[in-house]
Amino acid sequence: MTWALVLALAAGAYAFKVLGLVVIGERKLPATLARCIALIPAALFAALVVKDTFSVGRHLQIDARAAGVAAAAVAASRKLPLALVIVIGAAVTAGVRALR
Amino acid sequence: MRRIWSDPRLRSVVTASVTLGLATGVFAVSFGVLAVSAGASMAQTCVMSLLVFTGASQLSAVSVIGAGGSAGSALGGALLLAARNGVYGLTMAGRMRGRLATRLVAAHVTIDESTAMSSAQEDPEAQRIAFWITGIGIYVFWNIGTLVGALAGDAIDPEKYGLDGAFPAAFVAMLWPLLRTRRGRLAAVLGAVISLATIPFVPLGVPLLCATLAIAVGIPAEPPDAAERAP
Repeated sequence: MTWALVLALAAGAYAFKVLGLVVIGERKLPATLARCIALIPAALFAALVVKDTFSVGRHLQIDARAAGVAAAAVAASRKLPLALVIVIGAAVTAGVRALR
Repeated sequence: MRRIWSDPRLRSVVTASVTLGLATGVFAVSFGVLAVSAGASMAQTCVMSLLVFTGASQLSAVSVIGAGGSAGSALGGALLLAARNGVYGLTMAGRMRGRLATRLVAAHVTIDESTAMSSAQEDPEAQRIAFWITGIGIYVFWNIGTLVGALAGDAIDPEKYGLDGAFPAAFVAMLWPLLRTRRGRLAAVLGAVISLATIPFVPLGVPLLCATLAIAVGIPAEPPDAAERAP
């Protein structure tokens, strides 16, 4: 992690917020663009789940993390709070790793 | 401000904001632990929460860097996630007229929770008050939680405590509510497939950027019958 990344991320994230609230303001975005932007989190969270569950560098593998994520998915489907889902994911990952 | 205490609806907003803030604070503790475990310094972790202040982007950047990805790909993925705050800004713009300086401060706390809490209110004043209480409340809890997590993170062995499993667990939890709509499910499946297919072949972190192509499922106009129904 570099300071340049931290500051660039801070500037970029704030720029988006200002762009929406202050610059564009009450003008409307084209409907198609609005629909596509709304889908970014779904696409990226899913990609992040895959990356953090099955990859080590550029290598794909199945290990204890898969069990942790499966447990987390069950917890999320039961609408448990985010923090609890994270703890369950970590605990099951650690547990399965310790067993093997 | 006196109205907050005399109006029962606004009192419930305060209660809900504090509850939400506490829950976010616990998430912030995990962010702090994970950021430090992924190689960020304590100062970097805390400055991120103070200045970036959008959890999903922060966690995404930390996850890419922790896996050995480049700063560019970490930044790209995190900023794509941050774009949604711009859309929240559009929602809030009609409710936050007034001095530029005030709006520039409001922009910093324009996030999922403050926008949602504001949108749940009916009259304009309640919408404004709910936005500020939730935004500022979460800002405080988010930063205290991050500091606590970053302090604790130094003392924790990431592998032993399954912290590598905590990252995808957090993303699963954030993904879940987005799977309610048909398009959300399509974008998620496509994003996952693109990520899986590209990981072995492109530089670290880049699969995330490729996965963004999945938002193309939003291009076709919605059918008149609105297919966006709960399953």
